Amino acid sequence: MKKLLILALLSSSVFAGKTLDAIKKRGNLKCGVSTGLPGFSFPDSKGNWKGIDVDFCKALSIAVFGNASRVKYVSLNAQQRFTALQSGEIDVLSRNTTNTLTRDTSTGLNFTTPLYYDGQAFMVRKKSGITSAKQLNGASVCTQQGTTTELNVSDYFRANRMKLKPVVFESNDEVVQSFVKGRCDALTTDASGLASERSKFKNPEDFVILPEIISKEPLAPAVRQGDDEWFDIVKWTMFALIQAEELGLNSKNVDSFKKSKDPRIKRFLGRTPGVGKSIGLDEKWAYNVVKLLGNYGEIYEANIGINSPLKLKRGLNSLWTDGGLMYSPPFR
Amino acid sequence: MFNLLRDEKKRALLIQASGLFLVLAIFGYLFHNTQLNLEKQNIATGFGFFELEAGFDIGEALVEYWSDDTYLKALWVGVLNTLKVSILGNIFAVTLGVLIGLGHLSNNWLVKKLCRSYIEIVRNIPLLLQLFFWYALLTEALPAVKQAMEILPSVYLSNRGLNIPFPVNTANYGFSLFGFIVALIIFFFMERKRDLKQIETGVAKPLWEKLNYTIFLIPILIWALTGASTEFEIPKLVGFNFNGGYTLTPEFTALFVGLVIYTAAFNAEITRAGIQSISKGQWEAAHSLGLSQRDTVKIVILPQALRVMIPPLTSQVLNLTKNSSLAVAIGYPDFVSIANTTMNQTGQAVECVFMIMIVYLTFSLLTSIFMNWFNKKFALVER
Repeated sequence: MKKLLILALLSSSVFAGKTLDAIKKRGNLKCGVSTGLPGFSFPDSKGNWKGIDVDFCKALSIAVFGNASRVKYVSLNAQQRFTALQSGEIDVLSRNTTNTLTRDTSTGLNFTTPLYYDGQAFMVRKKSGITSAKQLNGASVCTQQGTTTELNVSDYFRANRMKLKPVVFESNDEVVQSFVKGRCDALTTDASGLASERSKFKNPEDFVILPEIISKEPLAPAVRQGDDEWFDIVKWTMFALIQAEELGLNSKNVDSFKKSKDPRIKRFLGRTPGVGKSIGLDEKWAYNVVKLLGNYGEIYEANIGINSPLKLKRGLNSLWTDGGLMYSPPFR
Repeated sequence: MFNLLRDEKKRALLIQASGLFLVLAIFGYLFHNTQLNLEKQNIATGFGFFELEAGFDIGEALVEYWSDDTYLKALWVGVLNTLKVSILGNIFAVTLGVLIGLGHLSNNWLVKKLCRSYIEIVRNIPLLLQLFFWYALLTEALPAVKQAMEILPSVYLSNRGLNIPFPVNTANYGFSLFGFIVALIIFFFMERKRDLKQIETGVAKPLWEKLNYTIFLIPILIWALTGASTEFEIPKLVGFNFNGGYTLTPEFTALFVGLVIYTAAFNAEITRAGIQSISKGQWEAAHSLGLSQRDTVKIVILPQALRVMIPPLTSQVLNLTKNSSLAVAIGYPDFVSIANTTMNQTGQAVECVFMIMIVYLTFSLLTSIFMNWFNKKFALVER
């Protein structure tokens, strides 16, 4: 916030479309992540960032530098995230952030393609006996300040003619703690976020997530407006993860496709030149991403999938060929 | 030209004018540059968002507010919430502070030590931690809402707050309260007039002037005439929460208690310093005139001490108001909290930060004006 003000006041020209050059010159990528949401972005016991949002930062680092370690993680709360990006403190925001019309148009940001299709839900105590969000009339609901959640919950209660008693905090930790202590009857955020928070509880089985999904939350990485080259790189890195899964390539088998005759695979892996030059990266960038990190399905399962503590089914996040929304335009 | 520079007065004027010009030019440049940059980044500017629908709910509001009201209305709710905690907080912090300060100077060993420990402990712990402490205490130590304690008939205490009965016909009581305030002002002036008369003529207060107190029948009369309603709304546990009556939320209570306790410690030190700055001779002189200890403090010591106390007290009053912006940490919807939400939903950081600054500047300047007037009233009148 302060930084934005100072920047807006003093700087004479802003980001003339050379984010990629700046990243290369600096030697690292500054990636905005959350303050700690298991499965999405969360520092482990050794202080290494883990999660699907973090893996996307790594994918970008691989696409640009050819290795996953050239990322500097900047931990941001809901309040700081947009200004951090606007002010140039970070190069990309990969932090479970919902794309909305207002955010896309009036905050000077551009959202790329969603990394995770989510929806907002409610979590309550099991012993409260509540089974549907429609029973929440008059309930105190804990939520985080400055999120789309805060608006959705208000809309939902209004639409269903229910009375809402919001309890709103700046920090997510305070929101969750207040819910656990019993200050609120329900906690609301994205369904994935609820699963993530519940996995941190001492007694996760005492809490249930209600079935109603009350909103659409396409969580997408965002970049600054006005630098189309960098926007394209971020967008197509995401597509590369999806395309790799669709082509059946993963980190373990990608080398065995080196001699594949399939022209789609040859183009994707950079053996037929084209995918690198047109985007300003190495011809083998997509190969590197798959080799060093994996495809979308792999990072999904590793971080938030059915065998992770979050236990989230693929659902909407399946490939389009499996009835989901994950779809990449052709690599050609 | 050279003549202009040689003339001392004109030279000084010229230097000052160029200084002023420079400052204005810098601000003009900053303003212009900000606008240009925001435009370049495609960030919306201006205060057009005031008229848009806010879309978020607010936990507690002094005026009726719905989530389909405008941002302007939401921000107004925030201003009122900040005023509520600041005004109430300052009244209690100054009162408590003066009492603790006097207690610290007491001859009673226990009172003295208790006050001393209070000051030293409270003053040396950061306010934010204290707020977290009070909030945790209120939400963790108190029972859940289903097991709420009925501490007085129809008064319930739980970790959702204190629920008390509230008059149904609020206008009736509102008029009565207004009547009470008017009566208080009239009473004050009547007493003052009599005091001045006593100073002038030396004639003591005649007994019949006790009738002045009858002025306090006015509010009761107003209450009787405008409806005499005795109907109270009783809080009832319906579903998740208590409905009806008035709710003192844990967020407000924690903020209020935290601010009062913290600021009172500083006010106590100011009071102590103010009183100790009065020379011992004043005490002795007052005592030798036969004034009681109470009258000595009231008539001789405090009026003189106030001269020393008011300027630092002003700072503390301002501090409490500004510190109330820590509310955001414990979920009380004060102005900063709502302005932050607005900033996040609209993305217009520059306007929102500007507004926060203007609002607090206005609060502070108004407080300063009032306190300066108060200070002048008590300043030493030199003849």
